[in-house]
Amino acid sequence: MLTYVRLIFEFLKTGLFAIGGGLATLPFLREMSFRYSWFSMEELLDMIAISESTPGPIGINMATYVGYSAGGILGGILATLAIITPSIIIIIVVIASFMEKFRDSKLVQRGFYLLRAATAGLIMGAVFEVIFISLFDAGAYAISGDIFAFIRWPSLLMFIVLILLIRKFPKVHPIAFIVASAVIGIILKF
Amino acid sequence: MLQIIWQLMYTFFKLGLFTFGGGYAMLPLLQREVVESKGWATEEELLDYYAIGQSTPGIIAVNTASFVGYFQGGILGAILATIGLVLPSIIIILLIASLLNHFTDLVVLQHAFGGIRVAVSALVSFSVYRLAKTGVVDTFTFIWCIMTFVAIAFFKISPLWVVLASFFMGNIVLKIKGARA
Repeated sequence: MLTYVRLIFEFLKTGLFAIGGGLATLPFLREMSFRYSWFSMEELLDMIAISESTPGPIGINMATYVGYSAGGILGGILATLAIITPSIIIIIVVIASFMEKFRDSKLVQRGFYLLRAATAGLIMGAVFEVIFISLFDAGAYAISGDIFAFIRWPSLLMFIVLILLIRKFPKVHPIAFIVASAVIGIILKF
Repeated sequence: MLQIIWQLMYTFFKLGLFTFGGGYAMLPLLQREVVESKGWATEEELLDYYAIGQSTPGIIAVNTASFVGYFQGGILGAILATIGLVLPSIIIILLIASLLNHFTDLVVLQHAFGGIRVAVSALVSFSVYRLAKTGVVDTFTFIWCIMTFVAIAFFKISPLWVVLASFFMGNIVLKIKGARA
């Protein structure tokens, strides 16, 4: 029961403060992972992969998935309803009262000057540690003192190749990269 | 009235079912369904909803659904259009999540997700790079971008405070800059 209340509260908060698309929910989901240990950061990466490879907005898919890992099917439904509630209320209030004024509002425009810059920092901050761990092995380095042991070579190489490919073919859907990487993961026994 | 609300829910259910990724990935289908097929909004109105959807909290696709829903069917329209949009996600994700739960011990699946994690790392890093390119426009925004990264990654400050601080600092900085210029 307490889990459901927490889920609703956390996702109302996320819906209210995550500004700028699906990945903007990541810092909030990471905070949940620390606070309640509903899921690990590795599991969060898996959830991103599945959310990007299935239909629907990423932020919504993530909410359903996180809700499910915390509180089963009901958890998934409650988390999703909670994350959309602030949107519905805010949009209705904005339209009903000051739609034109909102867009031209100096306060809002000025607010976005740093919010746009913060979006990138917030998302990278949320995933930095888990990306670092998947590419580097600080534990092996501490034991052997060998700088070569510090780098997980297959992962790092694959990461670099993927970045180059994503850059070169921006129109290719993320699913293609995710599926190809799954196959490589199976072949190379990642 | 009841019919239009049903239509709203059905249309946004379809949108949720057939678009991968939300946000801008949804725009072409929205144009076809909402502007061309249903005539619920003009092209310009739709882009306006998008712009406002981006600058209000929450997920852009959800905000746009609430917008179109509200104009066509009032408060009930806004609620049901949005629920229609998220219904496919709820069904599909719950199915996959409960399925995957039964196979977590499969070694093949663990290797697959080992590879997938690298792909997600690359995809997210690249998205961040693109966001940074639009968000970082001068020295101050550059410093702010780095500071928010450090605050979240190393000091584990709640993102809520970072968002609020960004909003207010942006206003303060631009006000001072404007006063000087």
